[in-house]
Amino acid sequence: MGQTIIEKILSNHCGQSARANEIVVARVDYVMGQDGTAPLAISAFHEMNGKDVFDPSRVAFVIDHSAPSPNEGVSALHKLMREFTREKGFRIYDIGEGVCHQLIPESGEVGPGSLVIGADSHTCTYGALNAFSTGVGSTDLAGGLISGRMWFKVPETIRFVCNGTLRPGVFSKDLILYLIGDVTADGATYMSAEYTGEAISALSQEARFTIANMAIEMGAKAGLMEADETTFDWLSRFTKRQFIPVTADRDAVYADVREYDVSKLEPQVAKPHQVDNVAPVSEVAGKPIQQAVLGTCTNGRLEDLRIAAGILAGRKIHREVRLIVAPASRRVFLDAMAEGVIQTLVESGAAVVTTGCGPCVGTHNGVPSDGETVISTANRNFKGRMGNSKAEIFLASPATVAASAITGEITDPRKFIK
Amino acid sequence: MQFNGKAHKFGNDVNTDYIISGKYKFKTLDMKELAKHVMEDLDPGFYGKVTAGDFIIGGTNFGCGSSREQAPLAIKYADVSAVLAKSFARIFYRNAINTGLPVVECDTGQIDQGDELTVNLAAGIIENKTKGATIPVKPLPAVMIKILNDGGLAAHFREYGGFNFD
Repeated sequence: MGQTIIEKILSNHCGQSARANEIVVARVDYVMGQDGTAPLAISAFHEMNGKDVFDPSRVAFVIDHSAPSPNEGVSALHKLMREFTREKGFRIYDIGEGVCHQLIPESGEVGPGSLVIGADSHTCTYGALNAFSTGVGSTDLAGGLISGRMWFKVPETIRFVCNGTLRPGVFSKDLILYLIGDVTADGATYMSAEYTGEAISALSQEARFTIANMAIEMGAKAGLMEADETTFDWLSRFTKRQFIPVTADRDAVYADVREYDVSKLEPQVAKPHQVDNVAPVSEVAGKPIQQAVLGTCTNGRLEDLRIAAGILAGRKIHREVRLIVAPASRRVFLDAMAEGVIQTLVESGAAVVTTGCGPCVGTHNGVPSDGETVISTANRNFKGRMGNSKAEIFLASPATVAASAITGEITDPRKFIK
Repeated sequence: MQFNGKAHKFGNDVNTDYIISGKYKFKTLDMKELAKHVMEDLDPGFYGKVTAGDFIIGGTNFGCGSSREQAPLAIKYADVSAVLAKSFARIFYRNAINTGLPVVECDTGQIDQGDELTVNLAAGIIENKTKGATIPVKPLPAVMIKILNDGGLAAHFREYGGFNFD
């Protein structure tokens, strides 16, 4: 009987053949915490009588969620993180370096076959690099920091086979929103999602991250893709390390195999207040918006900024709209500056905030007012997510966000794409 | 472990932003302070309505969303004794076990707002005293029982210096 990708990666890290529904204790290759979760993990680390981290070269903290600090409470927690990393001798990415889920892939430490835990639910992002990476809480993070190990229930796998070609103006964000709407917010709970098919192979590495990033929004523990030339080309920009790709066996056992033809897919949006409340953009076109957000670990990469700049070039955003841009990392920011993308966005009327999570988690950088409507490239639209439970959040691709920022209402981006 | 209290009922897909909003959780490690805001976007003033020992009742996918451990902790520090739901999101579920908040998978369709319940975790029995009914409980995997019995993952690590499930 063959194995799925996740069964193979877990087998390689636990010294036995791992099969779905078994519980294994596995070695982890990398451990990450961010400023919403690491402070509590430091408390747990001490409660566990932890002395050192298992390997300082395989551990990092990232200050991205409330960066720079908006108040003294957060400042104290950031200070705690800085002191802990200094004392234990491992890397901290401080304010302005970027979102954890862009920084860890850019570090070159994670690639095909890796096993990563991160105290952030969107850690599943690195599945786009053929790594099993998953979100945990602070106490698990502390356990991982101390032992370099973690227990896992080996998940079953749902295979998403995406055939066909995305039409111009339709992006990987539209595809993943569609898939989440189809399987629902708990359709893959405790499972691993494998995304495959010609429509996935045709995507750039950056576009693939968007899909893996949102696996958690269908309840999945991981969102995995196979590694190919695109994967290795992207990795070669950041590391010389050699990774061995992990493929699913032909006779692997799946809980479900779902096939899609993406050729007719329209741009999609997730309507308030659930990520699986998905509709074609045509259904909500014309809805006035007051704020547009371009960035986050879902869609703050160079390609995303380029797509938005392509639409905004030579145009101005609507006078009643704020457009907030948060590049995903310093590297992305610098590259976007070098090629004039930031210039274009700012000329159109965008406000660029510190690289990092931006306004996504409601701590700062653009909390909407009562009754306002936001369109965002983020991954969550829960009531109150951006800091105000009386605001509404729609999720969409960078193109749809840019087009909507111009018109002041939710807009099909194909209107602006030749 | 036996708990008595009344049911506070919520719907499906109660996410961790609703349990404790990001605007509070980044500010402090004082869980008693965070607990005052538990569930407030879904039920303003919820904290004041809880009597020690009460239960939160969910539908499917309880605790979906972010990995914030402040979510089970805020519930625990609000003196809620356990969360009962048809199903849980996996990170919340792990976090609850790790921090010692009992989470019970069962058919919560048989529980209404305000019902008086007795939950016996060791025996795996829920009694709905208001309705005069018992509700079967889905048993926990051995690894989780071990962590709960040890008093949470931190206590497990103090005892063994790492994971020990043999």
